Amino acid sequence: MTRKLLTGNGAAAWGARLALTDYIPAFPITPQTEIIEDLSIWIDKGEMDARMVTLESEHSMITAAGSAASSGVRVFTATSSQGLLHGMEMVYTVAGWRTPFVMINVSRGMSSPITLESDHNDIMAARDSGFLQIHCATCQEITDSVLMAYRLAEHKEIRVPAIVNLDGFYLSFTREPVDLPDAEKAAAFVGEFDPENLQFKGSAPLSQAMAVLGGGPYSYFRYEAHLAVQHALSVYDEIADEFADTFGRRYDIIDNYQMDDAEYVFVMLGSFATKAHNAVDSLRKAGWKVGLARLRIFRPFPKEKIRQLLKGRRAVAVIDQNISMGMGGVLHSEFATALYGMKDAPAVLASFIGGLGGRDISQQEFFEMINEIKQASDKGESLEPRLLYTENELTEIRKLQAIAHAEHEEIHQQRDG
Amino acid sequence: MFRIRFHGRGGQGMKTASRILGTAFFIEGYEVQDAPRYGAERRGAPIFAYVRADKVAVNERGIISHPDLVVVSDDTLVGMPAAGVMQGIDQNTVLLINSHETADTWQQRLNTQAKIIILPAQEEIEDRAELPYIGSQCAAAAAALSHVISKQTFTQALTEELQHLGDEVVKQNLAVASTAFDAMAPHSGIVKESALPSATDYIKPEWIELPFEKAEISAPAIHSGATSVKVRTGLWRTMRPVINYEKCSGCWWICSTYCPDGAINVTDDKLPDIDYDHCKGCLVCVAQCPPHAIESIPEHIAKEKELAGAKS
Ligand code: SF4
Ligand code: SF4
Repeated sequence: MTRKLLTGNGAAAWGARLALTDYIPAFPITPQTEIIEDLSIWIDKGEMDARMVTLESEHSMITAAGSAASSGVRVFTATSSQGLLHGMEMVYTVAGWRTPFVMINVSRGMSSPITLESDHNDIMAARDSGFLQIHCATCQEITDSVLMAYRLAEHKEIRVPAIVNLDGFYLSFTREPVDLPDAEKAAAFVGEFDPENLQFKGSAPLSQAMAVLGGGPYSYFRYEAHLAVQHALSVYDEIADEFADTFGRRYDIIDNYQMDDAEYVFVMLGSFATKAHNAVDSLRKAGWKVGLARLRIFRPFPKEKIRQLLKGRRAVAVIDQNISMGMGGVLHSEFATALYGMKDAPAVLASFIGGLGGRDISQQEFFEMINEIKQASDKGESLEPRLLYTENELTEIRKLQAIAHAEHEEIHQQRDG
Repeated sequence: MFRIRFHGRGGQGMKTASRILGTAFFIEGYEVQDAPRYGAERRGAPIFAYVRADKVAVNERGIISHPDLVVVSDDTLVGMPAAGVMQGIDQNTVLLINSHETADTWQQRLNTQAKIIILPAQEEIEDRAELPYIGSQCAAAAAALSHVISKQTFTQALTEELQHLGDEVVKQNLAVASTAFDAMAPHSGIVKESALPSATDYIKPEWIELPFEKAEISAPAIHSGATSVKVRTGLWRTMRPVINYEKCSGCWWICSTYCPDGAINVTDDKLPDIDYDHCKGCLVCVAQCPPHAIESIPEHIAKEKELAGAKS
């Protein structure tokens, strides 16, 4: 095992290399492009035995990924943000084909207005597609999760594609120490791709039925796909155990920190959780019983585990780095659904929306979230959803608006006068 | 934890500097995080990169808001608000500036409590985006100031990070980096690690409730013409094209036709006129002009001349 400094993108590329990926359909988009650059260099130098094809769009790229996977090769691909949504028709379609492959999504906020920086609205848009979703908090976790994602996706009983998600900038361009799994051990862990009944072969024509179906059969296939995604929860632990035995690192469905006696809990996804980790340490030093529950597996949604974990806690702060227009934080609604009607559910389930478009969340903000949920729980009140947004930030916007407004007036005067 | 920020221009190797320093800390047994920060910028535009290093896992992420050390490879960036050099600097911060001027001059000019150290600038370079070896020098100086990285480790780190460019490049970089490392010896250890913010005594964030505002106000649109005129992309320029009107044959304004930014206008008397507020300094016009009537001069020299002209 070698420990070296890798960016999140580098770690993702290593995952694909160690999983002995055969085929990589690719299309560039910031902040993901480094992944395919690394892979293409390795292929060019003969360090990796794979075929890379650059497609003309993400729509074609995802089609190629699904098609190649049905022909019995191990497929890896990567995208981000606008690219993921451009390919969204095929995201749903290939998941419906029940073909296993792994796709990286480097999270980046959606247009408009445009941003290059990270939030989770892109990956949330793929929430209902039938892809599994693993969310990473560190570069180490990215390499490891790609390996585990192949095991889950290719599991005989499941056979659906998987997305491994990492945050743009905060992980994609950030180097951290990564223990690179030994190549032979990684190959043995992932195993040969056994496509079973998936296989198309040259000179052996077959057809895969994708007919237009009426509601009855359609419902059957859709619901079966849902059950397959859910089934990933029951096979996950076995895979995680094997991974821990082989590589000495354990990844649970929910990554818990200081949860044993925690009364107040942060719930979140992705790399900002390491910031929350620091906040938990500081708050514990100050005498607060605080814990952190980071959802690693977001699809399937581990509803039962969440219920067990949060039973009897006083208050929960759900931090969403996404926003469902007209509703609010997606994670918050899903937690509310999971906890509804449970005896001893936390009385306060507060929604904080923050980190949109790469906006940072400061340590002071983490402290204050806990302070707010504690006060609400002491008073027996609930909390309104809050956007993490400061007076200073609004002042900045007001300045920009003043400029825009002045120019607006100027133009009108010119036109009218 | 050490929190170190590098500021420079695209092309000056700030990402490389952060990587060399990151690798050096890593070899010394530190847990490390290093990253560049860039948006839709390009060569010559202000960029920054940062390094965090600690004896325990680094959980902090993203931009360093309170740096222990700020390294500036190009002193023309210090006064540019958009570059954000001075962001989060206080009396505990060390500010290392690559400059011809003295620490006292900068101390007065910036009126800051930060400790200022000068990394003496080398002989004058034509194009600032091409300051040779500046990334390696900055990394070496930062390593020396931290006091926890040996010269041997630094050499190893630089070699690892630049190996792909060939032995000769490594050798040249090592030579100048070594001088920078030694030059910082008197200040070795001046950069101090700072702690995490404490939850016992913290300043509450000034959160506000975002009010609902009607679409006319809250849609992200500027209904105004010619906004591109107001964005002064000329700030990115490190080299300035200058027309020698004695040589200009007033052809059919090839310069103006080729300028990718539409920054060359034609005046009423049919002469080309460069709009320096928007010329990005790509020098396409210099290459295209048939009678070679356009020269290029370093932007900072052009600025100095302008200043001198204004004074006299
Ligand atoms: S291309 Fe040269 S000669 Fe022609 S107008 Fe421009 S400066 Fe003058
Ligand atoms: S240097 Fe480039 S941007 Fe500037 S005037 Fe010449 S062609 Fe246009």
